[in-house]
Amino acid sequence: MTKTILLGAVAAGGLIAGAAAAATLDDVKERGTLNCGVATGLAGFAAPNASGEWEGFDVSLCRAVAAAVLGDPSAVEFVPTTGKTRFTALASGEIDMLARNTTWTFSRDNDLNFEFTGINYYDGQGFMVPTELGVTSALDLDGATVCVQTGTTTELNLADFFRKNNISYEPVPIETNAEAQQQYLAGACDTYTTDASGLAATRATFENPGDHVILPEIISKEPLGPLVRHGDNEWGDIVRWTLNALIAAEEMGVNSTNVADMASAAGDSPEINRMLGTEGNLGDMIGLPNDWAVKAIQANGNYGEIFEKTIGENTPIGLSRGLNAQWTDGGLLYAPPFR
Amino acid sequence: MASVTDPHDGGFRLSMLLNDRRYRGLTFQFFALILIIVAMAFLGINLVRNLAAAGLNFSYEFLGDPANYDINQTMIDYTSRSTHLRAALVGLLNTLLVSVMACVTATILGVIAGVLRLSKNWLVRKLMSAYVEAFRNVPVLIWILMIGTVVQQLPSPSAFRGDDPDSSMWLGLIAATNRGIYIPAPIWGPGSLIVIAVFLASIVGVVLYRRYAVAKLYSDGTLLPTFWPSLGILFVPTILAYFLMGQPVSLDVPELQGFNFGGGLQIGRPLIALWLALSVYTGAFIAENVRAGILSVSHGQTEAAASLGLRSNRIMSLVVLPQALRVIVPPLISQYLNITKNSSLAIAVGYADITATLGGITLNQTGRAIETILLLMLFYLVISLSISGVMNVYNASVSLKER
Repeated sequence: MTKTILLGAVAAGGLIAGAAAAATLDDVKERGTLNCGVATGLAGFAAPNASGEWEGFDVSLCRAVAAAVLGDPSAVEFVPTTGKTRFTALASGEIDMLARNTTWTFSRDNDLNFEFTGINYYDGQGFMVPTELGVTSALDLDGATVCVQTGTTTELNLADFFRKNNISYEPVPIETNAEAQQQYLAGACDTYTTDASGLAATRATFENPGDHVILPEIISKEPLGPLVRHGDNEWGDIVRWTLNALIAAEEMGVNSTNVADMASAAGDSPEINRMLGTEGNLGDMIGLPNDWAVKAIQANGNYGEIFEKTIGENTPIGLSRGLNAQWTDGGLLYAPPFR
Repeated sequence: MASVTDPHDGGFRLSMLLNDRRYRGLTFQFFALILIIVAMAFLGINLVRNLAAAGLNFSYEFLGDPANYDINQTMIDYTSRSTHLRAALVGLLNTLLVSVMACVTATILGVIAGVLRLSKNWLVRKLMSAYVEAFRNVPVLIWILMIGTVVQQLPSPSAFRGDDPDSSMWLGLIAATNRGIYIPAPIWGPGSLIVIAVFLASIVGVVLYRRYAVAKLYSDGTLLPTFWPSLGILFVPTILAYFLMGQPVSLDVPELQGFNFGGGLQIGRPLIALWLALSVYTGAFIAENVRAGILSVSHGQTEAAASLGLRSNRIMSLVVLPQALRVIVPPLISQYLNITKNSSLAIAVGYADITATLGGITLNQTGRAIETILLLMLFYLVISLSISGVMNVYNASVSLKER
């Protein structure tokens, strides 16, 4: 009997995997909604607002893709995933894309068979400590108890950093950001480590954000980006170029207020014309209506607008553009040409 | 169809397969077997095909790769450079540790509560009912989280710092913090082996003395005192040996070092939360088993024992409980299995059991979901079957001997 149960579970796993192979674009069109995997709740990146609508930096990307594909930025079914469940959700076909501040790594790209379609946030792992501890550097953390989200690259960087610097620590593995926050505030750990953007987002929700300081050390590269299943290149291209369109739009000065104007007739700039579909047939090449990029930009604005609205300096999260500025402003954002 | 496999010996007709009660059972079982095999084959082929379609292979090679993550409670040597297999073993040992600890305390708690539920004292009886009902009817995950939160309310290690700290250690030895409880650890100096040997010999001595007392009681009816002599035999020689050897065993008292307490033995908050929660939760179920077991012993037994002049606690321990065990032990086995399986909720409080290491972090970092889950099932299956194997042997030893 035990063997029966074993094999049954294996087979159940297999059945789920079977759903993954079909053409995602057709599935999404047929369904009429995009299933987008997001975080379970990280202020600024993906969290439901007071009226229960999801909003945030990652959420905006989902909406842009939904707008490009279905013409409707609200045709998104948001699926909250934890660090642990996100990859299974994507691999099994439960979600069409994952926009959940996920770090692009070699093994996730190749071994897990996913396709990272770009980078929407250049991040790095940092540490947050209560100011009263008087810690000024991560190297002072010898012997500290560290809260860390389990199933993340953070967990591995943490082990590497402490081993490399020959200092000890005690990890407290935690499933979600909300739990980590609670444990950290209760003093069950001395420091909380995750991506610096996540720390800023978490700190912004504290009662007294000023009582906590983010240490200067950034111990890793964390290029965060959306990802899709490997093997469905057409769908991967759609997500990739939607992100590129948002980035290029900022670079070329196309934003949510002027996009409708610019798309009504061909203008002076051939590249803007091609992107917005007033010239050429880029839409056909990607299998979408010619105004796909217009819809994507109309959803939440261009990359810069999304950034300022969700996590920028005027929000409680208060992140500066830093590495995430356009390449023309000394940042790393560099969208390939629309040609 | 089935006729091909069945021998045609004298007087056997095909219709007998359905109509004859001697064969009908076999026929149905045969078809059921075929159905199961077909279903299994379908599911197995489906798995293989879908794995291939997704471009995934089935391999356990990742077990030999470095795990690259740290674990907060390790009973064997482990660093982030150890392999995934070793991380799984660390998790397995942690699972076993918390299961064994919880089984012991749940049994003690359950037996006490079960016996007291039948107490003649109204207050005690009602208190125990309240305990059983409260703990039995709330999911164990909630108890784990609740106890975890309660431990979190203890002072943090920083409260012990400074000239006039907010908190101080109990007796200067034990520190209860929100990271866990730090107790002194023994340091085994040279000669401590002899002390341990003397202690073990004392235990044997106590057993022998008790046997002698029973034999004496049976042979000439003299009732020797057992409690104080047992205590004496247990401790006096050990204490003598301890001082004779020049106090070889000393204590490593925990003290504040940097952020946390260093030295001593740390019983982490996750372990405490999980252990207590599993104990009190399962203890409530065991209490009910014990109560049922005691009630199943006919009242005549109690009256007969009383008429022989036994006192009530002796009636309980000599007459009622040994017979009640026959009823108590089988459900007790499933409670022990429940504890082991419920310990997989450990990650809720950050305890690194096997579900958290192998089924959590390793699964995530390697992406080998099917492989790790299968291995995890295998581990739990082996643990559970071993527990029920051992308990079945015990059950056989207490069950009614038929001669």
